[in-house]
Amino acid sequence: MQALFSHRLAVPLVIAALVVALSFALPSSFYLRVAALVWISALAVIGLNLLMGYAGQVSLGHAGFFGLGAYAVAVLPAQFSLHPLLAALAGALVCGLIAFAVGRPILKLKGHYLAVATLGFGILIAMAISNESWLTGGPDGMPVSRMTLFGWRVRGAETWYWITGGLLVVGAWIAVNLVASPTGRALRALHDSEVAARVAGIDVARYKVRVFVISAVYASVAGSSLALVNGFVTPETANFLHSIELVTMVVVGGMGSILGSVAGAAILVVLPQLLTTFHEYEHMLLGLMMMVIMIVLRSGIVPSLAALFQRRRK
Amino acid sequence: MSILSVQDIGIAFGGVRAVDNVSFSAETGQVFSIIGPNGAGKTTLFNLVSGVYQPKSGQVRLDGEAVTALEPNRLAERGLSRTFQNLQVFFRMTARENVMVGRHLKESRGLLAHLLALPSTLRQNRESAEIADTLLSRVGLADYADTLASSMPYGALKRLEIARALAAEPKVLLLDEPAAGCNPVETEEIEKLIRTIADDGVAVVLVEHDMKLVMRSSDRVLVLDQGRVLAEGKGAEIRSNPKVIEAYLGTHGTREANLALN
Amino acid sequence: MAEFLQFCVSGLTVGAVYALVALGFTIIYNASDVVNFAQGEFVMIGGMATVFLTAAGVPLPLAALIAIAAAMVVGLALHRLAIEPARGASPVTLIIITIGASIFLRGLAQVVFDRQFHSLPSFSGDTPIQFGGAAILPQSFWVLAGAGIIVLALWAFFNRTLLGKAVLATAANRLAARLVGINTSFVVGFSFVVSAAIGAIAGILVTPITLTSYDIGTLLALKGFAAAMLGGMGNPLGAIVGGLAVGLLEAFGAGYLSSTYKDAIAFIVILGVLFVMPGGLFGRASVERV
Repeated sequence: MQALFSHRLAVPLVIAALVVALSFALPSSFYLRVAALVWISALAVIGLNLLMGYAGQVSLGHAGFFGLGAYAVAVLPAQFSLHPLLAALAGALVCGLIAFAVGRPILKLKGHYLAVATLGFGILIAMAISNESWLTGGPDGMPVSRMTLFGWRVRGAETWYWITGGLLVVGAWIAVNLVASPTGRALRALHDSEVAARVAGIDVARYKVRVFVISAVYASVAGSSLALVNGFVTPETANFLHSIELVTMVVVGGMGSILGSVAGAAILVVLPQLLTTFHEYEHMLLGLMMMVIMIVLRSGIVPSLAALFQRRRK
Repeated sequence: MSILSVQDIGIAFGGVRAVDNVSFSAETGQVFSIIGPNGAGKTTLFNLVSGVYQPKSGQVRLDGEAVTALEPNRLAERGLSRTFQNLQVFFRMTARENVMVGRHLKESRGLLAHLLALPSTLRQNRESAEIADTLLSRVGLADYADTLASSMPYGALKRLEIARALAAEPKVLLLDEPAAGCNPVETEEIEKLIRTIADDGVAVVLVEHDMKLVMRSSDRVLVLDQGRVLAEGKGAEIRSNPKVIEAYLGTHGTREANLALN
Repeated sequence: MAEFLQFCVSGLTVGAVYALVALGFTIIYNASDVVNFAQGEFVMIGGMATVFLTAAGVPLPLAALIAIAAAMVVGLALHRLAIEPARGASPVTLIIITIGASIFLRGLAQVVFDRQFHSLPSFSGDTPIQFGGAAILPQSFWVLAGAGIIVLALWAFFNRTLLGKAVLATAANRLAARLVGINTSFVVGFSFVVSAAIGAIAGILVTPITLTSYDIGTLLALKGFAAAMLGGMGNPLGAIVGGLAVGLLEAFGAGYLSSTYKDAIAFIVILGVLFVMPGGLFGRASVERV
C-alpha cells in the first residue's frame, strides 16, 4: 500500500481517476465548466509549484505568462489566421523564450527582491496588454475565435472538461517525471542549499532558468486553454492580482506537492463561486477562510493533512 | 607534481586579513590536515580553495591547471569536492536523494529525457540510487536511506555530507570538521573512513579540532594562526613545535597539551 | 522649469505616501520578518473612516483621531488573531495570511462603508500656491509636512525611548532580545500598531488629493512594497528614499513620457536598480557564511 502511494505515477493516476469520477458526479454543464476552470488553474499552479515549491524561487509575475498564452490564441488567429493550436504553441514558445531571456538576471535575486522583480516584470506584460488596444482590444479584451479540429468545432462544457482534464493529467505526469529526475534533484537541492548544490557540480543559475522556463510554459498553456474555453480574453488574466492568486493556490494547496496544486486551485476557484450566495460578505469570507486554512494547515492542505494522517497511523 | 597546490592565497574582510599568504599542497593518497585555534581562518581557507569566496591574491592549481576563483561547480567538474562545517544538507530530501545529488556530474542531463521519463532517465535514476546506497553503507548510514535528512541526527548528517561528496568521485576532498559534535564511537568510524578514502587514491584535506584524530590520520599537518601559516610538517614535528603549542593553547596550556597528546 | 517643478511636487506628494507605506512594511518586517501585504488597508481605513465620520458630523480633527485609533485596533487584531497564532510558520505562509487579511479587510470595508469613491475637503483650502511658475495645492504641504513629522517622531522614538530601543533590539536579534528580558511578542504587536497608525495618517492626509475607496489598499501595498525593496528591505532610510523615488518616477514618467505607462517606468527603473544592486539602494552586500 505504502509503496503504491510512493510510486512516481501515483499522483497523475489519482488526478486522472478524479477527472473521470467527477465527470459522472457533476450534475450539469455549469459544474463541468467550473471543473474545467479548476483543471486549467491547476495546470498553471503545477508549473508555478515546480518553480516555488521545488526550486524555492518565488514568482509574483506568473500571470504575465498566463496572459501571453491567453492572448496568443486570441491575437494570432485574428491577425494572421493561424490555427489556434499553432497559436497556443507559439505562445508557449514565446513565453519560454522570454523566461529564458529574463531568467538569468532576475533569478540572481533572492527572496523578497526576486518577488518584487518578478512582480514588476508581470506588471510590464499586463500593462502592454491593456494599453496596446490596436492589437489586444485594450481594457475591454477581445473575442477568441472557436477552434476547429479536422472540421470538428470544439465546443461545449463537456468537451472542454475532457480536454483540460487531459492536459492536467499530462502536466502532472511531466511534473512528477521532472521531480524524480536528475534535474528535479538538482532543483530541490539548490532550494535547500545553493552552496552545497554548486559544490555538487550543479550550475545553479542554469537550473533556475530551466525551471523558470518550464513554469512559464505551463502558465502559457493554461492561459491559452482558458481563452479557448471562455471564447474571450481580458487583461485581468495577466493582472498582478491573478499572479497573487496563483501563488496563493500554490501555498494553500501545499508547496512542493503536485496533488496540493490541484487542491489549491480547486479551493480558490470553487470557493468564490460558492461564496457569491453571500453577496456582500463574499470577500470577507474568502479572506477569513484563507487565513484560517493557513493558520491551521500551515504547510498547505495536502502536506499538512498527509503529515496528520501519518501521525495518526503511528 | 601535487594534485592540489595553493600559492600565497589571501582574502580580507573589512580590512582584517582573514587568510594571509597561505601556501600548501596536498598529495594523492594522503591526508593533509589544517589545524589552528578558532578564528585562525581554516574554514575561510576552504572557502577560498573551493571557490565559494573569491581570493584577493594568490593561486590555486588543481591537477596542474590554474583554477583560481573558478565557480564551485566548475571546480567540481575538475574533481574537487568538500563538506561543510555548519552542515549544508538538503533537508527536504531523503538521505539517498542527498547522495544522488552528489552524482549530478556523472548523470546525463538531457532535459527532454527527464521531462518524459524516457527509459534512459529511469535507468539513470536506478543507477544513481544503487551507487548512493553503496556509499550510504560505506559511511554506515544504510538504515537511513529513505529517511528525510531533516529527521536524521547530527552525527549522521556529517557522514551524509561525506557520502554526498564521495558520490562525485573527487580527486581532492576537503573535509571541514567531519567529527565535530560526534561521539567517540562515531569519531572512530570517521577516522577509519578518512583513511580508506585516502587509500582509494583521493587527496584528503582535513580541518578538524579533534587532535587525536588529526595526529593519528594525517600524513602532514599545517598550522594556521590569525590567517598565517605558523608551521607545517609531520604530526610529530608539529606536536613538539613550541610556537604551535603556545599559539594553540597559550603558554598555560602547554603542560596540559603534553599530557593530552602523549 | 515650471513644469519640472510641478512634477517634482506632485511626485514627492504621492511619493511621501508610498514612503509611509514602505516605512510601515519596514517596521513590521524588522520586528517580525513578516511582509505585511495588508499594509495598504491601513491607509484605506484611515481615509474611509475619516470620510464617514466627518459625513456623520464629527469635526475633522476628532474624526481623524478616531480613524487612526480604529486602524491601530485593526493592526493589533491582525497581529493577535492572525499572525501570533501562526508563529513559526514559513515566511510565505505568513505572507498568504496577510493577503487573506487584506482581502478580508477590503470585504469588511465594503460592508461597513460602501463601494464608492470619496474625498475629504482640503485642510486649508483649494487655492493653489504659485511657486516658481508651478501651482501647488496646499494639501501637498500637509502631506509632505505630515510625512516629515512622522519620520522625525519615529527617529526620536527609536533613538530616545526605552520602548523604541527594545524594538530595535528585537529587530537586530530576536533571541538575544528575549534573553535580556524584552517581551518580543509585545514588541511585534506594537510594531503592527505603529505601522497601522502611520498608514492611517497617510490615508487621511492624501485623501483630499487622490480620493479613497474600499479597494485602494492593494495598489498602495504593491507600490509600498516595491519602494521598500528599491531602498533595501529592512532599512528605514531606504524605505523613505525608495518611496519618494517611486513617486517621482511616476510623476516624471507620466509627465514626460507616457501617462499610460507611468507604472511601467517605475518598475523598469526598479528592475534596473536591482540587477545592478541586488540588495536595493541601501542594502548591504552580504558574505555567505558556510
